[in-house]
Amino acid sequence: MALSLTINGTTHNVDVEPETPLLWVIRDEVGLTGTKYGCGAARCGSCTVHVDGQPAKSCQLQAASVVGKKITTIEGLSPDGNHPVQVAWREVGVPQCGYCQSGQIMSAAALLARTRNPSENEIEQAMSDNLCRCGTYLRIKAGIRRAAQLGV
Amino acid sequence: MNAINVSRRFFIQSTLAAGGGLMLGFHLPTSAEAAYTDAKPWKTPEKGIEVNAWLVLDTDGTVTIRVPHTEMGQGGMTSVALMIAEELDVEWTKVRAVFADPNRHLRNGKEYKVMSTHGSQLVALQHPHLMQAGASARERLKEAAAQAWGVKRADVTAKQGVLTAGAKSAAYAEFAAAAAKVVLDQEPAIKKDPSKWWLLGTGAMRLDIPAKTDGSAQYAIDTKVPGMVYAAVKASPVPWGKLKSFNADAIKNRPGVIAVHELRAVAGKRGQPDLQDAVAVVATSWWKAKTALDMLPVEWDFGDAANTSSKLYSETAKKALGEKGEMSKEDPKALEVIAASQKVVTADYERPFETHARMEPINATVHVQDDRVDVWSPTQDQSAAVLLVADQLGIDPKNVYAHPMFLGGGFGGNGGGGTGVTRQAAELSKRLKKPVKVLWTREEDVAQDKQRPMSAARLSAAIGPKGLPEAIFTRALWFSQDKQNQIGPATADYGIRNMPYNIPLRHHERHNLDTHIPSSTHRAPGANQTGFITEVFVDEMARAGGWDPLEWRFEMLKDKADWMLVLNTLKEKAGYRTDLPKGQGMGVAAVECHGTIAAACATVSVTRRGVLRVEKIVVVADPGHCINPHAAKEQMEGATCYELGHAWLGGLNIEGGRIVNTNFDTYNLLRMELMPEVETHLALSGGTKWGGMGEPAGPPVPPAVANAIFAATGKRIRSTPFKSHDLSWA
Repeated sequence: MALSLTINGTTHNVDVEPETPLLWVIRDEVGLTGTKYGCGAARCGSCTVHVDGQPAKSCQLQAASVVGKKITTIEGLSPDGNHPVQVAWREVGVPQCGYCQSGQIMSAAALLARTRNPSENEIEQAMSDNLCRCGTYLRIKAGIRRAAQLGV
Repeated sequence: MNAINVSRRFFIQSTLAAGGGLMLGFHLPTSAEAAYTDAKPWKTPEKGIEVNAWLVLDTDGTVTIRVPHTEMGQGGMTSVALMIAEELDVEWTKVRAVFADPNRHLRNGKEYKVMSTHGSQLVALQHPHLMQAGASARERLKEAAAQAWGVKRADVTAKQGVLTAGAKSAAYAEFAAAAAKVVLDQEPAIKKDPSKWWLLGTGAMRLDIPAKTDGSAQYAIDTKVPGMVYAAVKASPVPWGKLKSFNADAIKNRPGVIAVHELRAVAGKRGQPDLQDAVAVVATSWWKAKTALDMLPVEWDFGDAANTSSKLYSETAKKALGEKGEMSKEDPKALEVIAASQKVVTADYERPFETHARMEPINATVHVQDDRVDVWSPTQDQSAAVLLVADQLGIDPKNVYAHPMFLGGGFGGNGGGGTGVTRQAAELSKRLKKPVKVLWTREEDVAQDKQRPMSAARLSAAIGPKGLPEAIFTRALWFSQDKQNQIGPATADYGIRNMPYNIPLRHHERHNLDTHIPSSTHRAPGANQTGFITEVFVDEMARAGGWDPLEWRFEMLKDKADWMLVLNTLKEKAGYRTDLPKGQGMGVAAVECHGTIAAACATVSVTRRGVLRVEKIVVVADPGHCINPHAAKEQMEGATCYELGHAWLGGLNIEGGRIVNTNFDTYNLLRMELMPEVETHLALSGGTKWGGMGEPAGPPVPPAVANAIFAATGKRIRSTPFKSHDLSWA
């Protein structure tokens, strides 16, 4: 079935089953691989993207349900990789293996977009769905605070 | 709650400042920031001229360093570049890192010495080779310039990419071609004295960080090859079960399905090679393959293994702890002293199987063609991936090309060519004559991983008149596939029989018990299970003898300078106290592995209802030398989280012979809200000691927390996960 999806400001016409998860459309059909598969069950956050500005687990969204919505992936978060969260991530040195970090960055960016200067609890709540096996949580927190200073 | 939040905020800032020379809010650009690696470091065009296998110099000043090892977040790529750049003496900002070619490595007689990345050995083992590669290139450049300028090599200086002799001066790259041909009478010595280092030890940001902040870093799972098809694979849910039948007709009309294949284990060779009976659905997209596989009717013969369960493993372990084992160190006198002692401490411990659960589910892409085979495998040894695929296909490895990618985690689970998934991809590509990407679901990844063996032990000690142990008896066991005696450096009692304490009489036994659950190395093999066992028992021995557990360790290690350095640093930095009110407590533990001693002090609080909060963990490590404190501290923070997660929340559950908690809903590991403050310190003893840093900080963390729980509640934790214990107190 032909669907038209708006990803990072570009319209992509894809031929997929309507129930195909957005994650696999993004990765295998559109070819944007920054969004990662980790669990397929909304329990790790590696696939987090923005749908109309809200963070969403793309492994749980059927492609047909996001037609007409504005989808943003890590590749479209900023034109030059200099979104304050990305700048902060480099300053603090957050990623280790890096696999979960697209999802972490997308969740953090969505948090800061709605809460300019989040509290400890607000950070923990917003990031609790994002698993990191390398254990970069403290640096993620530090990165979010630094990004808040830089101003989102 | 607010007060805690404020202190945590302050704490994290100061810790990071200590860790990386980075002050939050006062960002000071460092020279390291300009050095980087490409998002596809195996494809980066290398500008310039090769001086040796590790090194390419370009006239624009770019220094390209070829990295034989994998980068899984441990900082290996940066470590290799730092060690070569230190001796070469070039501007760090001009350094670019790319992955070395595994095919070339094998073709040229292991040209890079070792490509495997395991055992926290990269720096410890490779620094002489890598620093030599840099020093040898530097001296050849000087010699080439000396010959051209008609001066002696000793009169030429090489500094920050520039050769100088009197009024003459040239960039390194001008003499790169000539240097490659220079033969030296003698290779130069490398700088062994850390006080002479200008780059090593200063703390560099990892080169791979920028590519990991914009989605551009490429992992094996991201591989896309023209004409590629996708496979979803399911092996027997009970490992080593036999595939009886499947009905491919039921799914042949599903969208995108190309083929259904069976894969077979090599008869009579369980685990070697590690290809199991499995069914594979190949389709035009992975999602189509996966959904069709979910609908495929499959029948398995699970065999006797289907009767096993976590409960049965526990019962079997308890029984074996009562039976004499294989001798690791026999000492009848120790047993006599314990039998005659007025005061004996005895305790049994148990830890379950754990899985690696790297964030990148296991996958591989292989493209078999008539004249060459290409491999994309998330393995910790790219040269092993070449050999494994050649073995699977029965071809000469010289025609197999592995393409190193970033690894989405490793944790010891990707050794030996990346598990059976790479064989599956090779086999399917051979049959289909197309490039095939095999990706395991998370559930398959957990169920079919090679797991960390379940461990148990019984320890007894005779406590003498000074309250110190005079004799110790230990009997340890693990469940390893085919009763393996050794996995990496570990044995069932590794970390127990070699505990460092000066106990006069020691008797150590072990059992290797069989399991069908595949076994493998896992970050800090052996020590990751036995560190808990030994160090909780130490807490029990110390308290039984009336000693404070930290003072006990000082007494029992007083002739070992490096242990004393680590423990003294821990005491000073952690502010260790024993006078906290009930419900709060501090606990310590110290474990050596991979040549590094690491000690942890945990502070916990436990509510009356038994809700545990790990407030803070201070970790001190002595790897002897440290070439990149920044990355070392990242590894200490990470290993702390990794082992705390297993000990608190982990544990694989086995029912009907299969692992039943196969995704992050039920194997739910540490998340941000439970992550304690972590403060890390390096206490470097120097000398000839070169220990690893990727693993050792983990093992002391679970026992430190368990000992802190005892201090807080009086409840002794002798098994993990902590979550399964009732910690309530009155």
